[in-house]
Amino acid sequence: MSIWSELIPEFSFEQVFVEPWTEFLDPFIWIFLMGFFVTAACGFLGTFIVWRRMALVGDAISHSVLPGLVIAFLVSQSRDTLPMFLGAVGAGVLTTGLIEVIHQKSRIKTDAALGIVFTTLFAIGVVLVSLYGENVDLDTDCVLYGELEHVTLEPLSSVFGLFEAPGSVIRMGVVSLLVVGLVILFYRPLVVSSFDPGLARSMGMNPAAMHHALMSLLAIVVVSSFEAVGAVLVIAMLIFPGTTASLLSDRLPVILGITLVIAFLGALLGMHFALWLDISTAGAISTVIFGMFLLAWVFAPRRGLLWQVFR
Amino acid sequence: MQEIPLETHDLTVAYDKRPVLYGVDVQVPEGKLVGIVGPNGAGKSTLIKAIMGIVPITGGWVKVFGESFARGAKRVGYVPQRESVDWDFPVNVMDVVLMGRYGRLGLMGRVSKADREIAEACLDKVGMLPYAKRQISNLSGGQQQRVFLARALAQESDLYLMDEPFVGVDAATEAAIIELLRELKGRGKTILVVHHDLPTAQTYFDMLMLLNMRLVAFGPTEEVFTQELLQKTYGGRLTILSEVANTVMKESK
Ligand SMILES: Nc1ncnc2c1ncn2[C@@H]1O[C@H](COP(=O)(O)OP(=O)(O)O)[C@@H](O)[C@H]1O
Ligand SMILES: [Mg+2]
Repeated sequence: MSIWSELIPEFSFEQVFVEPWTEFLDPFIWIFLMGFFVTAACGFLGTFIVWRRMALVGDAISHSVLPGLVIAFLVSQSRDTLPMFLGAVGAGVLTTGLIEVIHQKSRIKTDAALGIVFTTLFAIGVVLVSLYGENVDLDTDCVLYGELEHVTLEPLSSVFGLFEAPGSVIRMGVVSLLVVGLVILFYRPLVVSSFDPGLARSMGMNPAAMHHALMSLLAIVVVSSFEAVGAVLVIAMLIFPGTTASLLSDRLPVILGITLVIAFLGALLGMHFALWLDISTAGAISTVIFGMFLLAWVFAPRRGLLWQVFR
Repeated sequence: MQEIPLETHDLTVAYDKRPVLYGVDVQVPEGKLVGIVGPNGAGKSTLIKAIMGIVPITGGWVKVFGESFARGAKRVGYVPQRESVDWDFPVNVMDVVLMGRYGRLGLMGRVSKADREIAEACLDKVGMLPYAKRQISNLSGGQQQRVFLARALAQESDLYLMDEPFVGVDAATEAAIIELLRELKGRGKTILVVHHDLPTAQTYFDMLMLLNMRLVAFGPTEEVFTQELLQKTYGGRLTILSEVANTVMKESK
């Protein structure tokens, strides 16, 4: 018993579940929203990435962001958001482009091409950091794990004079809206290009352009989420909501809707868990959405393990 | 003037610089049911994909109804090889058939009630209307093929390209499909069907295209279905050569 009480902090319902929504609403609402926006944008887009069997492209992008950040810093000599963002997205788009080129111009398969490209770019990043390390001042912890809680330290900026929010929360909100909006707008060509690229081409759609647009959007989402959840956990956010939802439904629109519910619950429970156990919020959200995946895997109707056993 | 639904000239296609189709010249007349016949790896699927611009062509040109494929695309319906798509994809039968309408909707258009009614009518034609709400992985091979056929019907095209629609289907489905193809032909549609079974090819099709990397022959079935030409397509040096080429390719991988 004593070991447990040492490992797990005392649970106070008041402190863990009530105060974040009353007295301390100000910092906690930003943590929750940031978590929700990140998980929603990643999960929504990730559903397509998963069904197109490109789950690890997100991994590749998140690792090749490093040289993009360093080069953007060296060129602009500032840590302003815009050059950093452009540098990182540029590196992400370059990654997916290079994977394509290597795959097409040689007999190397996509997975190996992916390994070649992102390790090389990451290595270039490491070299650049060691060369110019003293100037660059990159927080490697942040690169790996993300610092979702940092949003509470940011000054609030006004949105059209309507309300005030931290800059990164606003940006992530815009990115989430962009993702959901674009997917809805281009839903039909996106689905046909994913399910049957041949048919899409024969109808005058351009599945290759679709692929590149999807990859660029993925780069934007990964890079925007990067600061909050880090290079590794962003993969969990990309893959878990879509796979979990796919266990629960076999209609794509429903699956996409469920990913948003998962993002909401994941961010909510994750925030409360992080507060209770005093742990990283990004880690807590990832663990919660993993737990939801596990539940779905075991209990899902028709596709779940129990259903298969007791059918 | 009668339009030529499909014309290719000196069509050449290569994968990784290895040519798989050389100099295919055909002019397919309107209102014919045409079988594309040839051994495995002869380039039958490649021919269809090259016509539709799904794989890039290395040389020559393709015209549908006298225009480039891109311009004529709306008049062409497509049935890919069944195993070319992921049948676990989270869509149901109705979703797949509605995809046949997407080519007409443009980027922003919405699926209308009329589109749904057309899709339902097409499903009914292939006997799959009761399955409209089924997820596509919960279908037999024959049912999946019928769904693809319904989707092509929903495209309301004048030229249809079908890749092995009879593979893995039961006898009843095969009979139903051939019935449907004849009905389409009766309405003046032109249909190209990749087929690998020689005895039925002779009875199903008005015209045959014998293909083995090159076009061996193209003409009315009774003229083309001869021992000599079939030998040339299946048993001749060409096959042996391509088999040798294949083995060499595999070993060098
Ligand atoms: N995407 C591809 N990349 C490389 N080679 C291919 C590709 N698709 C088909 N091939 C090769 O092209 C040849 C013709 O293939 P295909 O058109 O599928 O033949 P068929 O449909 O007549 O069986 C085969 O040797 C096949 O291995
Ligand atoms: Mg084939």
